[in-house]
Amino acid sequence: MAVVSVRGPLRKLAGGPQHQVEGSTVIGVLRELERAHPGISGWIVDERGRIRRHINVYVNGERGAESTPVGRGDRVEVLPAITGG
Amino acid sequence: MTELLVGTKKGLFVLEGEPGRPFQITARAFAGEPVDYAVRDQRSGRLLATMTSPFYGPKIFYTDDPAGDWQQAEGVALPEGGDQALTRIWVITPGQADGVVYAGGDPGVLFESFDGGATWSVNQGLWSQPTRPKWQPGGGGLCLHSIAPWPGDPDRLTVAISAAGVWHSDDGGRSWRRANHGLTPRYLPDEVIEQLQLPEPPPDADVGLCVHHLERAPQRPERLFMQFHGGVYRSDDAGETWTEIGQGLPSDFGFPLAVDPADPDSAYVIPLVADMDRVTPEGRVRVFETRDAGASWSPRGQGLPDHDAYLTVLRQAFTGTGEGPGLELYFGSTTGQLFASPDAGETWSTVASLLPPVHALTAA
Repeated sequence: MAVVSVRGPLRKLAGGPQHQVEGSTVIGVLRELERAHPGISGWIVDERGRIRRHINVYVNGERGAESTPVGRGDRVEVLPAITGG
Repeated sequence: MTELLVGTKKGLFVLEGEPGRPFQITARAFAGEPVDYAVRDQRSGRLLATMTSPFYGPKIFYTDDPAGDWQQAEGVALPEGGDQALTRIWVITPGQADGVVYAGGDPGVLFESFDGGATWSVNQGLWSQPTRPKWQPGGGGLCLHSIAPWPGDPDRLTVAISAAGVWHSDDGGRSWRRANHGLTPRYLPDEVIEQLQLPEPPPDADVGLCVHHLERAPQRPERLFMQFHGGVYRSDDAGETWTEIGQGLPSDFGFPLAVDPADPDSAYVIPLVADMDRVTPEGRVRVFETRDAGASWSPRGQGLPDHDAYLTVLRQAFTGTGEGPGLELYFGSTTGQLFASPDAGETWSTVASLLPPVHALTAA
């Protein structure tokens, strides 16, 4: 299992800041997180199955994408990008 | 007591007060997040608001108490697996049938709720229009921003999309037809304008019609008023044909439009200089009123800034409540001012002057 960390409003929607989640890719892990916590559906991944534009996902400290492999014990961090006005 | 729901770049502000006197901020929700529209459904008392987080995408929320907890509505998304994602919700409008609420969004999508706004689904009749792949977005996106139910008839509904024109349904949204004849998009080539003026325009001739706002006259539902991207129009046949009525305005460019529900000959617009200079003309803030269905227009600016004032008022930031001589009118600017008239535009005062940029405004 990977360890997924979420911040901001995602913490409340997912019921906490860290979650043990199955999955072999970033998108697989995020889909599993959605299945376990339906309230988070649509917040990280859009209808197209893509990570939203202003959200960054890091795997063990390196920027990842939907297809990035995730292994047992990997750290997956979901972070809002630096943006705004 | 009038309640104003003010959607801003930095959250929802609820103001309460008596028209003509100072208003108080009584609640703020979605702090820091863009709120693009909020409305109270008078039938249920429920408040509905749409927030588009730059990080987490557009959502609709609802509550009975704006200072309390808001619930996220379900189903506010495009069909999964496609090549498009919902970008923004632009408007939420209570329908005529019990529990029915509509929401319009980008990309040119109409959502329907049959339970007062708790759950939503995409209107498939409009979503599956064959010309949709050719629809062109305006500067604000492909936004479905105006929804005009037909008082007393839940089957009849008109919507407007920038820039895919006006669409009308007579069967509760199962099927739709275009309602654009007579509109003249001066920003398109002459060949396109000529095609639009044909008795039977080609199916894809009107995919670039940039409607800015549309309102129905409740006492005469077949009458519609429209602020177009260059042009103010009226239709007396439910949108089948449109007549330009902008003569007499300092500019026929602008975004919002309001009507007096008691007077089908009334409409109010807030002209801006032009599409290349979207501020109030001559540094003066003025609302223009017609009481003869657009034959003539009169400025209504007593109490509004009359010099060095270059404001922009967005398409959802002009609203009213009440009717007749007691019609209250309100509008907000992208520079955070909020203005009110207690007497159908005759006199105005400043309700708030230091809000974030105002995206939308509704009153009840």
